[in-house]
Amino acid sequence: MEYFLQLFFSGLTRGSIYALIALGYTMVYGIIQLINFAHGEIYMIGAFVALIVAGVCTIYGLSGVSILILAGVIAVIYACAYGYTLEKVAYRPLRGAPRLAPLISAIGMSIFLQNYVLLAQTSDFLPFPRLIPDFAFMEPVAHIIGSPELVILVTTVVTMILLTLLIKKTRVGKAMRATQQDMNMARLVGVNVDRIISMTFIIGSGLAAIGGVLVASYIGQVNFYIGFLAGVKAFTAAVLGGIGSIPGAVIGGLVLGWAESFAAGYISSAYEDVFTFGLLVLILTLRPAGILGKARKQKV
Amino acid sequence: MAEKKHKLLEVKGLTMDFGGLRAVDSVTLEVHEGEIAALIGPNGAGKTTFFNCVTGIYKPTKGDILLHPKGLETRRLNGLKPNKVTEMGLARTFQNIRLFPDMTVLENVMIGRHCRTKAGIFRAIIRDKMVRDEEQQIIESSYQLLEKVGLARFANEFSRNLPYGAQRRLEIARAMATDPFLLLLDEPAAGMNPYETSELDQLICKISSEDKIAILLIEHDMKLVMNISNPIYVMEYGKKIAEGSPREIKDNPKVIEAYLGEETDA
Repeated sequence: MEYFLQLFFSGLTRGSIYALIALGYTMVYGIIQLINFAHGEIYMIGAFVALIVAGVCTIYGLSGVSILILAGVIAVIYACAYGYTLEKVAYRPLRGAPRLAPLISAIGMSIFLQNYVLLAQTSDFLPFPRLIPDFAFMEPVAHIIGSPELVILVTTVVTMILLTLLIKKTRVGKAMRATQQDMNMARLVGVNVDRIISMTFIIGSGLAAIGGVLVASYIGQVNFYIGFLAGVKAFTAAVLGGIGSIPGAVIGGLVLGWAESFAAGYISSAYEDVFTFGLLVLILTLRPAGILGKARKQKV
Repeated sequence: MAEKKHKLLEVKGLTMDFGGLRAVDSVTLEVHEGEIAALIGPNGAGKTTFFNCVTGIYKPTKGDILLHPKGLETRRLNGLKPNKVTEMGLARTFQNIRLFPDMTVLENVMIGRHCRTKAGIFRAIIRDKMVRDEEQQIIESSYQLLEKVGLARFANEFSRNLPYGAQRRLEIARAMATDPFLLLLDEPAAGMNPYETSELDQLICKISSEDKIAILLIEHDMKLVMNISNPIYVMEYGKKIAEGSPREIKDNPKVIEAYLGEETDA
């Protein structure tokens, strides 16, 4: 039972990170039907910015959680700027072009950003400081769920609640939903669609950066390539849950996290990816639109 | 009749080409304050294309679209983005219903109001006191609009669940939420039964008289057009072939030949 709970919580932690990144994919897809392949790179850049900030902070003698918060905030700001620029440079000029064009542009941006970081930071795995201390109050349950897992869970849950409020309650969120449902009509009722698209990229990138910082401080190392696997996994989560659906991304992330964790724990960690992607194939065969996705009816 | 009235919309020589096809051919049209003008013509005459040019969906090949808001300077609409055109005080509805299906009726109306709010995007996220007050006002005025079109009791339903006629009225409410002085209605009565049409008839008159919004409508329902609109413009094959009061249009041989002559039940 204890082993099961361990796996449960480790899956939950992983899954919530996947969900956080998957949100960025799904929000962008929902609005402009583009799979932003450079999203994983934004996550990676977020982690690197946090690493740099953490280094500087350590020199100035800050410690633990205060560094984590500062590094997190700066990484998010940076990532938002990257996301905004990415959309402006690589996707906006291609608005209205055939769908393949922005997709290729996205892959190009992904390769560009990876190599940019490769040149700037070398290809080595750089150690990321352990910023999350072991809380004393976690002592009794530490064998099931550790302090880093707790911090990750709390952060992701709070972030997702804030995102939900943003989308459900604010007028920006309303404009986002309207743009998602009918972009041209949104324009006609006076929504500045370009600004809403920028906003979507900014929010998605911020979420990815939060994920990047959390994972980096959890795993303890970063390099230029971490965005790729994280991106692929999160994309899988988004598709699994039904791409374009926000609750779908969260569910997809959690399902993926648990599948990985239980497969690794009960069968073999060598097979964890086999199980996750096997699960993807299975769900897409049974429900091609994903768990919460709506099948699009084609009018004949 | 229309000599003394303030001219709101002035379209001069509007031409729209799609490749080799001239969909709209130098059409000139004016809408004055307080008018309910109608644009009629057989299917494929270019009426909707005309609307699309005026509302910024298409960029016209030639011609001028001028908006003369009362007490403000004249604005040229050519090539402006649709959201700018909406900000300038011109709103429209569509031939086929284009509501936001997964939003509530109230939200559908509120979204139209937002282009009139002052707070920027970041303040809208932070939601300070001013934004919250503004939001409250938007909710209240949106309810009033729903009241006007008779949909207040559906406020919290998803718009996709409304009956057809109600969806049409909601589209009008949403367009009115952007606070226009000119409203373009593209076949508002399409697919409505006679009872719904007569209700719509009253609603359009009410909007015109109570809200002081000028209206330009495309419509195939001749009874509706002849009842409420004046002047009427007639298009065929992209060209304007006639304009005038309902009586003049009825008696115009060109129109009869092009359009009314083919109608069996008009």
